[in-house]
This record gives sequence, structure tokens and C-alpha cells, in this order.
Amino acid sequence: MPEKETSAYATVQAARAPRPYQTRELINGLVANFHELHGDRVSHDDPAVIGGIGWLDQQAVTVIATDKGNDLTERLQTHFGSPEPWGYRKALRLMKQAAKFHRPIVTLINTPGAYPGKEAEANGQGAAIADLLVTCADLPTPILAILVGEGGSGGALALAFGDEVWMTDKSMYSILSPEGFAAILWKDASRAKEAAEVMQLTPQNLLAKGVCDRIIPDTGADFPAALKAAVKPKLAELTAMDPERLVAKRQARFRQF
Amino acid sequence: MFQPQLTQEALAREAALPENLWIQCPYCKQGSYRESLGDAQVCPLCHYGFRITAKKRLALVATKTTEWDADLVTTDPLDFPGYDKKLAAGRQATGLKDSVWTGQANIGGHVCALGIMDPKFMMGSLGTVTGERLTRLFEKATEASLPVVLYCASGGARMQEGIHSLMQMAKVSAAVKNHSNAGLLYISVLTDPTMGGVTASFAMQGDITLAEPHSLIGFAGRRVIEQTINQKLPQNFQRAETLLQSGFIDAIVKRSEQEAYISDLLAMHERA
Repeated sequence: MPEKETSAYATVQAARAPRPYQTRELINGLVANFHELHGDRVSHDDPAVIGGIGWLDQQAVTVIATDKGNDLTERLQTHFGSPEPWGYRKALRLMKQAAKFHRPIVTLINTPGAYPGKEAEANGQGAAIADLLVTCADLPTPILAILVGEGGSGGALALAFGDEVWMTDKSMYSILSPEGFAAILWKDASRAKEAAEVMQLTPQNLLAKGVCDRIIPDTGADFPAALKAAVKPKLAELTAMDPERLVAKRQARFRQF
Repeated sequence: MFQPQLTQEALAREAALPENLWIQCPYCKQGSYRESLGDAQVCPLCHYGFRITAKKRLALVATKTTEWDADLVTTDPLDFPGYDKKLAAGRQATGLKDSVWTGQANIGGHVCALGIMDPKFMMGSLGTVTGERLTRLFEKATEASLPVVLYCASGGARMQEGIHSLMQMAKVSAAVKNHSNAGLLYISVLTDPTMGGVTASFAMQGDITLAEPHSLIGFAGRRVIEQTINQKLPQNFQRAETLLQSGFIDAIVKRSEQEAYISDLLAMHERA
């Protein structure tokens, strides 16, 4: 059957739709014995960012995932998957820890963006993201970034400065939400659908531009297991690389834009 | 209603009055005689630095300047309707091809690589050319072992370039890191406004971060936050003085004192 052409806004809706698996189920499909590690060592633990270590077969892996929560209480706590600065600082801490032990990092990104809150600003939301970017620029351990839903703005990029950046076929990646984009450029957030079409935010658009390296199908309930099968050989390949060469390639990947 | 009848003479005198003699400070809201702002364009009452073009600032702070990569122009990657007009207006207003000036310059007798973002060019937004010039600024500085002084002024990402704009944050960050790894100094000077993706990348990656008085500095826009949390924010929210208190910048330096201040910092980091 020929595939129906889908509009960019359909991609946005698919990226935002609830998943048949929870974020922790996705992590547990990817790694076994996941030990969640909490806190930014300054002031908070952000539930919007789940981080820890687990076994991908014989390889210990650091996994960092954004989480939207599973019920209304959790969704409010995670601001619908929008990290606070302390969420980004937790990610930074765990990334440095991974580098210390030359342990590969997999990030699973599904966020509308960094949380635009009063406390977030007062605690340096911008500085927290800036720290992650400047750290990932030469972090001497593999980083595989996978967009598994919404990838909104600098809040997504903060976790996507990877050696490779993958997207599921039900994900998007953009400078801002289509609503925000339309509000800024046309002073009319209701023109989000139109905005989505010009923003080139679909996996196919981004693959063509080299922003994304590979599209993997999100097959629903069995996606967590499929994800592991896809990630394993790539992590083996990246882990075998000399860290200096790895970092040079990562920088070259982003230098082209 | 009673309307006083002005004599012909009074009308003529009124018409002869020059326009724009007075200017209101966007921060303290006080009116000042325009000439009292001086060449540096600073509010005489609260020291707020008015938004000025990159070329104007260059003349204020540096001498012996050589511009780098002046001819880079954007490719309009989204083919965005109306973008060409915005670019044309920016070029007209600033004399630049995009929103940043970069080059080699002398500040108070010290050679440095200098970048100045231009708030009069699409509010200093971070387009591909802005990102490319800044990346090359840090790359050339690394090669020539020069410190970097970067005046930030930006509303954030350049929406008209979509994801290409976002990628600049990572690209410039890598160049900043390599410059830093070479043991070289990076002074970031935050001016009004420094927001969004610029704050979330190179603006906050300096060894020393300075700011002009009352500059607006933040990540998310005020309106977005007010809508999200459904409450009004205080006037000093996201202002330089607030960031100094919460520990995110090193010092606030008045425009008139910046040349001497930066020059001394450069001297303290000069290699024997």
C-alpha cells in the first residue's frame, strides 16, 4: 500500500500524542538493572529529567531521558516534560560522571522545551543549558541522542549535542513550538498548523539536512525492545573509537551548519 | 470646547522647533535632553545604555580595527516569506550584512578578537551567518592566540532560519570550548537585551561575564513566563542587577568605564 503523504502538522500531533509505553519502560527496554541517580548536588532533583546507569547487555550505559509524567500529578510536577535548570544540571553531572568512566551516554528526548518559569529564570535556565553545550562540545565519551517525541528549542538541543542524533518517525525537532513560532512571527499562535509546514521539523526534513542521522520506527508497545537492538551496534562502534577522534567528528558534525 | 487661537507668529515658532529633543529612558522612564546622553548613548539618570549599532559601539570601545568575514550572507534556508525584506531593513540600519560585527581590534592598547552583536539588525537574532562569523571569530582567535571580547545583544534565535539557527548554539559552543582549551581568555559582555538561545550558549560561556547596567538578560521571554505561571513579574526580573545578586554574572560595568575595565582584564591575562 503506498504511504499517504502526511502533513508536517500531523507529525507534530504524533510527536505530542501519548505513548503506549512510559519513559521508564523505554529505559528498561534499552538497559537492564537501571539504577536511577537523583539530584543536581546544588539544590533540587528534577522529575522532568530521569538519569542513571544500566546494562545494555555487557556494556554499562548512562541513560538520560526527559519525562512528561504518566498522570496529571506527575505531568504538573514535570511541567509536561519541561526541565528546570536543576534538571539540566543533573544531566550535566551524570554526563561528566559517564565521561570519567568512559561510559557511553544515550539521551532520550521528548520535551516541549526548557520550562519558562520564574524560578527557572532566577536559577539560570540559560546558563544551565549553556554549560551542557560547552561540556558536550568535547566530552570524551560517546553521546547518542535520540528524539522520541517533541524536540523543542534549546531545551532539547541541550541533550542533543551528540555524535549521532536519531529521531523516531513519531518525533519532531524545531527551533520553537509551532505555536510559539506563529506567535512571534505572525502575532497569531492559532496559525500553528501553517507554521509547522514552513518550519521543516519532520524527521524526513531533518534527515535531508543532516540535523538527524537516522530515523527509527516507533512501533508502539514493542518500541523499547526494538530501540535496544538499534542502539547496541552503534554504541559498540562509537565506544571503540579513540575519544579524540570521536570529539573531532562530533564537532565536525555540528561545524557544517 | 474652547480652543485658544494661536497667532501666526506662535505657529511659525512652534513649527521651527526641532523634533526629538527629548528622549525617554526605556528603563527608568525619565525624560532626558537628548544631547545629555552623550556620544555613548547612556541615560544620565540611571546609566542604562541605549541600544546602539555594532559600528557605533566599535567606535566607542576599540581602535585599529580589521573586520573579518564581512561578506558572508545568509542563504535563507527555509525560503521564508518576507525574510529578504527584514534582512534588507537590517542592512540599511546597521551597515552590516548580518547581525554581528567581528574582527581584530585594539582595546586600550591590547589586541583582541572582538565580536559585537547588533540589536538594530533583527534584534541581534542568531542566524546562520551570525553563528558562522562568531565561530570563525573564536577559531581565528585560537589560531592567533588572541583573547576574545564579545558584546552580546540578541533577542535569541532567528525564527526565520528555523532549526539552522538552533544548530548555531552548538557550533559556536564548540569553538568557544576549543578556544578555552587553548588557555585563552574569553570576556562576554551582556548588553540590552541578551535573551534566548544566545543566553543559553556563548553569552554564558565566558571566563568573565560582564553586563551593562539594567540590561535585560534571560532565557525565556517575560510574556511567555507570565502566561505560563499566570502572574506578573517584578520590574527588576531578568535585569543585570538581579543576575549579579543571584550569581550569574561577574560585574556590572557602565559603558563609559568599559574600555579601561576590559583593557585591564586583557592586560592581566597577557602572556609573557
